[in-house]
Amino acid sequence: MGDTSNIKFKIQDLNLFYNSFQALKSVNIEIEKNEITSLIGPSGCGKSTFLKTLNRMNDLVEGTKVEGSILMDGIDLYREMDAILLRRRVGMVFQQPNPFPKSVYDNVAYGPRIQGIKKKIELDDIVERSLKQAAIWDELKDRLYKSALGLSGGQQQRLCIARTLAVKPEVILMDEPTSALDPISTTKIEDLIIKLKEHYTIIIVTHNMQQAARVSDKTAFFLLGEAVEFGVTKELFSMPRDKRTEDYITGRFG
Amino acid sequence: MEKIKQAKLEDKIMTIVFYIVAGFFLILLLVFASYVIIKGFSGATSQMFTFTSKGVLNQLFNTIYLVLLSLLLSCPLGIGAGIYLAEYAKRGKLTETIQICIETLSSLPSIVVGLFGYLAFILMTGMKWNLFAGALAVSILCLPLITTTTFDAVRALPDYYRYGSMGLGATKWQTTYHVLIPSCMPRIVTGIILAAGRGFGEAAALLYTSGMSTDINWSNWNITSPLCPLNPFRPGETLSLHIWASFTEATAANAKDIANLSSAILMILVLMFNITVRIISKRIDERAGGGK
Ligand SMILES: Nc1ncnc2c1ncn2[C@@H]1O[C@H](COP(=O)(O)OP(=O)(O)OP(=O)(O)O)[C@@H](O)[C@H]1O
Ligand SMILES: [Mg+2]
Repeated sequence: MGDTSNIKFKIQDLNLFYNSFQALKSVNIEIEKNEITSLIGPSGCGKSTFLKTLNRMNDLVEGTKVEGSILMDGIDLYREMDAILLRRRVGMVFQQPNPFPKSVYDNVAYGPRIQGIKKKIELDDIVERSLKQAAIWDELKDRLYKSALGLSGGQQQRLCIARTLAVKPEVILMDEPTSALDPISTTKIEDLIIKLKEHYTIIIVTHNMQQAARVSDKTAFFLLGEAVEFGVTKELFSMPRDKRTEDYITGRFG
Repeated sequence: MEKIKQAKLEDKIMTIVFYIVAGFFLILLLVFASYVIIKGFSGATSQMFTFTSKGVLNQLFNTIYLVLLSLLLSCPLGIGAGIYLAEYAKRGKLTETIQICIETLSSLPSIVVGLFGYLAFILMTGMKWNLFAGALAVSILCLPLITTTTFDAVRALPDYYRYGSMGLGATKWQTTYHVLIPSCMPRIVTGIILAAGRGFGEAAALLYTSGMSTDINWSNWNITSPLCPLNPFRPGETLSLHIWASFTEATAANAKDIANLSSAILMILVLMFNITVRIISKRIDERAGGGK
């Protein structure tokens, strides 16, 4: 299985159940490397659920059952891969900034440390590089040893992105990363996402259609657990193929 | 507009009320503590500050030793059980039953625990009164306290700490050990302080376990000898028991003064213990960057 294809995730006939409730229905999507894919759709349609299947965070919810398959670089996530190792390759940024009640430094160094990196020089280097990558080094370099809880919401979120970057993932999943932030912080994070595309595959859930249009290459529209339409962002927004997509993006419902 | 004014007024009044209540407790503590301490020391003689049968320092040592022993037993077990129940146990019938048992255990009268301790640790083992049996009895009292405070502390942590850590590829144990426990350390410490407080003050549970006599020789460091201070399998009267015994059975003329001094020393011991543990826990917390 060579690494020649450009497909990062190949999702085939994915069904997901929370006990008896079916939250994802026969989803078929292919996500390309070094692209930004956005997931849009009304509340409760399964965007977060879908996102969490990609790093198996759903495993943590009792009563979930997954059918179908997700191949990452051709390997089945649910059958051929260890969830812990998978999550080191597929990082996640959450809706609510969630730094640990530790110092800025310890937050960023957390991931590398649990992977067994102990050398101070090495950690220093990772912390600096990650914070720079997350465009927050200049703001935080003088308060590395202060608690991360004292930062503003926007700073906390970029810190969380740095924390994710520190484990050198291949993919970054973001679940409404800017919904709790002001417009300026939002712009900063959007710029950051576009910059990160060069090295990472990024999948972002957003309720903000302008945001999806601004940052993403491809967009998937979800409705009631189904991936109704998936395609190049510009095309999906300018000439949707499905009537339901059109209704949603023109604001006729949802 | 009237409503807002009234709300602000109410706010002010309530703030003042809470200050008064807090002040009342502070004054109560100060008055009480200084009364006990001053009264204790005013009747004291230099003979009482000796490690002899006429002094109270042996009892002071026994108290500290017994509390340390029982914390050594109950902390790992209690914290472990609390974490297990909060993070690892499946929520269901069994877990609920265990929790009910623990709650029942925490409301057991200490004299009952004392009698149980006498049966289990003295009669059944055929040993004489000993400090270790006392420590075991006190552990029975401490255990539910530490378990429930740990359980509550861990459960109260927001799920996004767990997701944040697991999302970075941490295992459940790494998440528990590196994120959850440090995040609720101050609350766990509070549980330990409460538990230690029970140990310092306990008398009933020790009556028939650690015994009411102390016969040690400070130059004997052979740990197997019943006279060695560090031998946990020797009888050891604690300060609380000493207070009780001095009031009820003692024949010495200055028994009341001895009891008062013991109370004063016990009071200082508890205050010092609380303050020290708080300082240590704050240090740990600050070093971890948990403070704001
Ligand atoms: N742990 C769970 N147990 C049971 N049902 C759940 C669980 N999590 C989500 N669901 C249900 O699955 C469906 C999809 O939820 P999901 O969180 O994926 O929606 P979403 O598209 O992310 O919504 P939002 O935009 O509001 O975040 C919803 O109907 C929700 O009620
Ligand atoms: Mg969601």
